[in-house]
Amino acid sequence: MNKIRLIPVIFIKNGFIVRSEKFIQHKKIGNVVNQIRRYNQWDVDELIFIDISREKFHDSMRTDHKIERVNSIDQILNSVSNECFMPLAFGGGIRDLETIKRYIKNGADKIIVNTLFFENPNIIEKAIEIYGSQAIVLSLDFKVEIKKLCFYSNNGKKKEKENFEDIIKRITNIGVGELLLNSIDKDGTGEGYDIEVIKMFVDSLPIPVTACGGAISYYDFEQVALIKNISGIAAGNLFHFTENAYPNSKRKLKEKKLNFR
Amino acid sequence: MKKLGIINYDQGNIKSLKNAINYVGFECNLLNSHENLKDYDTLFLPGVGAFSGAMHNLNSKGLVEPIKEYVRSGRKIVGICLGMQLLFEKSYEFGEFDGLALIEGEVLPFINKIELKIPNVGWNNVINKQNYSMLESDYYFVHSYYCKPKKNEDILFTSTYGIEFCSAVKKNNIVGFQFHPEKSQKKGLELLKTILNE
Repeated sequence: MNKIRLIPVIFIKNGFIVRSEKFIQHKKIGNVVNQIRRYNQWDVDELIFIDISREKFHDSMRTDHKIERVNSIDQILNSVSNECFMPLAFGGGIRDLETIKRYIKNGADKIIVNTLFFENPNIIEKAIEIYGSQAIVLSLDFKVEIKKLCFYSNNGKKKEKENFEDIIKRITNIGVGELLLNSIDKDGTGEGYDIEVIKMFVDSLPIPVTACGGAISYYDFEQVALIKNISGIAAGNLFHFTENAYPNSKRKLKEKKLNFR
Repeated sequence: MKKLGIINYDQGNIKSLKNAINYVGFECNLLNSHENLKDYDTLFLPGVGAFSGAMHNLNSKGLVEPIKEYVRSGRKIVGICLGMQLLFEKSYEFGEFDGLALIEGEVLPFINKIELKIPNVGWNNVINKQNYSMLESDYYFVHSYYCKPKKNEDILFTSTYGIEFCSAVKKNNIVGFQFHPEKSQKKGLELLKTILNE
């Protein structure tokens, strides 16, 4: 059977990797291409890139880095896919089919959509028709408000009216290939994953689910890995801040006889 | 120097395949038409998306007969993911469609259940059924349909996802991988290199 994927998430803002906390605070933590090289050495299972630039301008020029200047997501994608031989998922601010086509042409294997699902789902349907369902990942941002699950679009800013049942039905019908489930409350807090909500989705959807948001140590991965039929575990800050967090987590999870590569 | 080509028929991301082939030390061209196939030693048939759409594109670019003729001449073809499925006689994806019929057998759907997520996405190991045990490893899969060869001797690897299925075929000069070697890190590159050096 398949191994559980452990996936670093890279948030890019204006050409830099940033840390994310509750979808609001962003702090520059490094250059994209250098960071990718580290992930490549660690033999990661997959990489997720989320562009959170408000204005679509990228400039990773720093005179102390011996790498070429990278100005756009397309260039980042290009340089990553030249040296990374692993699945690459790209998302953030995608609103039209042209951007999806361009990202795939430049080396993305999967496109991550969020706001489109609520505001313009027919574009998702068109993309699925062209590239297949496996090429489109739905990223769903949620909060638990007075014991009720609420879903957000527009980078966590707009609350949508759908409830859990509506969402499950719509995800199943639209035919996206995977779900990336993000907890807005847990994002960047290190409080651990929202196991209960993740379970609800895994037990209700026919497609693979990857959980994101809340990890501070490998112990948090272990809790998610114990969820039956979970497909992937994603984390951002932990992998960027803790030295060798990726290979160390993998080693510890495998020592526990959990199903990782 | 061997001459390598990737058949480019508008089916998704082929850039990473080209990059991977270059990375293991081979040059390769993107082939947009049926002309000059006979000049090549190895052809790659990539592909994502639906079987019928892919066959439609191969047909409209006039590639079906030239590919068959190329394979009859004994030179190597490597199908990847949907490209492996196209090597078979028939697929039942959204109907019933004819493939290239270079390998006997058909392409069938996984039965979707809550405990068997579809598409099958992720890293899975393979079990060698020919003489390639050095290539047994985890590879990256993403697919909803699987190939069922008629002859067991054509099976190169098997994997298990709910059922045991054929994850690679090899019949003389015809090779197919259900997984993506170009997306399977070092082990995937090793496999590509091994196949290309044969």
